[in-house]
Amino acid sequence: MDKMSEEIIRMEGISKEFPGVKALSDVSFILKRGEVHGLVGENGAGKSTLIKILMGIYPKDKGEIFIEGEKVEITNPIQSREYGLRAVYQDITLAPHLSVEENFFLGRLPTKRLIIDWATVNRVTSDTLKELDLDIDPRKKLKELTLAQREMVTIAKIIHEKARVIIFDEPTALLGEEEVKQLFEIIYKLKSEGTSVIYISHRLEEIFSICDTVTVLRDGKLIGTFPLADVDEGRLVSVMVGRDLKDIYSIKHQKSQEIVLEVKNLTKEPKFRGINLQLHKGEILGMFGLVGSGRTDVVRCLFGADKYDTGEIIINGEKKEIRSPIDGINAGIGLLPEDRKMQGLALPLSIMANINMVVYDQISTLGVMNRKEERKRTEKYLSELKIKTPSMLQKVEKLSGGNQQKVVISKWLNAQSNIFIFDEATFGVDVGAKLEIYRIFEKLISSGASIIWVSSYLPELMGLADRILVMHEGRCAAIVNNGEATEEDILKLASGLSIATKTGN
Amino acid sequence: MEEIGKKGLKKFIKASPRVGGNILVIYVIFFLLLSIFVKGFLTSGNLSNLVRQTSINGVVALGMTFVIIAAGIDLSVGSVIGFAGIVAAVLMVRSGLSPFLSVIIAIIIGTLIGILNGMLVFDGKVPPFIATLGTMTVFRGATMLVSGAQMVSGMPDAFLNLAQIDILGLPSLFIVWLIVMIISAFILNMTRFGRNVYAIGSNQEAARLSGINIRLNIYAIYGLAALMSSIAGIMLVSRLANGIPTGGSGYELDAIAASVIGGASLNGGEGSILGTVLGAMLMSTLRQGGDLLGINPFILQMLVGALIVAAVLIDQNRKRKQ
Repeated sequence: MDKMSEEIIRMEGISKEFPGVKALSDVSFILKRGEVHGLVGENGAGKSTLIKILMGIYPKDKGEIFIEGEKVEITNPIQSREYGLRAVYQDITLAPHLSVEENFFLGRLPTKRLIIDWATVNRVTSDTLKELDLDIDPRKKLKELTLAQREMVTIAKIIHEKARVIIFDEPTALLGEEEVKQLFEIIYKLKSEGTSVIYISHRLEEIFSICDTVTVLRDGKLIGTFPLADVDEGRLVSVMVGRDLKDIYSIKHQKSQEIVLEVKNLTKEPKFRGINLQLHKGEILGMFGLVGSGRTDVVRCLFGADKYDTGEIIINGEKKEIRSPIDGINAGIGLLPEDRKMQGLALPLSIMANINMVVYDQISTLGVMNRKEERKRTEKYLSELKIKTPSMLQKVEKLSGGNQQKVVISKWLNAQSNIFIFDEATFGVDVGAKLEIYRIFEKLISSGASIIWVSSYLPELMGLADRILVMHEGRCAAIVNNGEATEEDILKLASGLSIATKTGN
Repeated sequence: MEEIGKKGLKKFIKASPRVGGNILVIYVIFFLLLSIFVKGFLTSGNLSNLVRQTSINGVVALGMTFVIIAAGIDLSVGSVIGFAGIVAAVLMVRSGLSPFLSVIIAIIIGTLIGILNGMLVFDGKVPPFIATLGTMTVFRGATMLVSGAQMVSGMPDAFLNLAQIDILGLPSLFIVWLIVMIISAFILNMTRFGRNVYAIGSNQEAARLSGINIRLNIYAIYGLAALMSSIAGIMLVSRLANGIPTGGSGYELDAIAASVIGGASLNGGEGSILGTVLGAMLMSTLRQGGDLLGINPFILQMLVGALIVAAVLIDQNRKRKQ
């Protein structure tokens, strides 16, 4: 019989809801033996959720999973290992203080009469690494390796464990060109040995060079599964994004000619280099790029959260040295970081404390807080931004994602910021709260503020930003005006592909 | 011949940070300076006094090292020393049990306190600092209760002699430390349990997903620390010839300091037996050397404090350079 047609995994009618978000609805997915199956979709399309359900990390709400035709219930990660499923995640799960060889055998070190058999450990590890052409010293501690090497170790380890199905989730985000080639070699080899691979990637050129089949998800729904021979890149991109949301994104643009922020040649190796941009008063400047493109690193440097190597930052015509968050705050910049739970909010503290944290020196005399002023300011923002809470003393950790986001915005409004940097402002908030955040953007720009908005969700950037800066591997690939590029163009720019220019060459 | 010697030395120095060798270099220099400049330091009487004094702290520090490598902390070791010591003393003096049986019972009870710590930490999800702060206070109270806050004296000579005799010219307390040292190094480097301790401290989630039984390992780690503290408690009672209700107070901080000076990281995943041994030796050598030099004891205390911070600063600096 034809080995390719044999089904290894069949997921049927999978649905999953998180509070406020329908992450997956009625998605089906079939993986065959020896197949490399691409899984694509925009951020938030449900790819990771689907994989996490398969791996037993999230429970599913509805649906069935079959492995080699047999119905299974996978309720924890250890169980999925027993079925021979392995995943290489973006966040690598190895022990950094231990050697490569010890990590290889983590939890199952071979022993001879109670004593660990280090000779076997070393031999098997070096053999496996050699077989995969990896030049890594098995005695080295993991934390002494580069991130790319660590990932290759994870991959080598999984291959050594002889999995039935291997899932790669954005495996090339940390890898250099040479390592990507090695990874592809490894995948070809796995395929020839009958192992099935699920390959998740934003980089469509990779999908085309390695996959046999591709499944497209959008907004938690299955759009379709296609043999790669039947689709071209343009078609795939339009299937991934194809949707019209113009009505949600109606906004009164306020961009003026006045430049409030100018960045010249900003560089921080190895994250990004030679970034130039101008931000106008009342403008929303979008920033788009794939994971690892350096967009977050750029905005963190603008605020002073990280230090840049070289370059100039000019605010309202005046050159500023921004070396710490205090410099950023004093220059009128507010950063709403990507992971607001970790960096933007003090979760166990009250709304009042969070909103006033940045202005404590303004509303205190000789170190004694003016409680009345504190309360007054909190009340103002609660009503202005419609923060839903039983009390201003409510702990922020008890609020919904959208309301937490509003508390961070209040904090910076309170600090009299006029340049707001939003890093993934709408990530993980439900549609209703998203719309409210868009309204807040509109309010901010109509009051004369300017916004830099980093987002991975292209439709909202296309809908709301005046211009979009597209980053690719630490460089500015292009700055496009609203309406002058298609989603397809921007995705191509962000993947490092060139787009057909108007002059037609 | 010389060539090989040189190569070996180079290799050792290169590998030394991993086995706590930074501190070895510091200790050797320090020891040589004291030997040259301080009269009466390099005498067999003084040296045997030095190791005898370090031995009890040293045994406790070895147990602490296991806990710290696993990214935990155990503040209760001082109280376990006191409690195990008093239990042994009371059993011998008031119940008239044989020294052997009394010691065994005291060590078992002490070890159970450690397993209780492990349960609080793993099953109760109480942060180790708080869990062991609690048991530390509870068992200091229990020690007072059992002894009636009185010294317990009148133990059989057979027991009291344990701490006084020399074996092969070495003080018996030092022999105990040496044995615990060798067993600890063996466990930590050569057995699965030892490597699990590092894995748990380095990345507990990775360890769990690799199928390591976190619960049993945590019980064993805290149990081991308490076992060693109980042994130290017995050593202390024998050496002082009295069961003292406040015995062992403050030992937890010395034990933490010795581990940290020896290169253990409170974030877990790092630490070694040799490092901890040298850390303990460095602290007591500094104390004794200062004593012989006639340095004001309060100033000496300040120096020991500075040493702890300096050791960690140097270590952080080395890591940043890497």
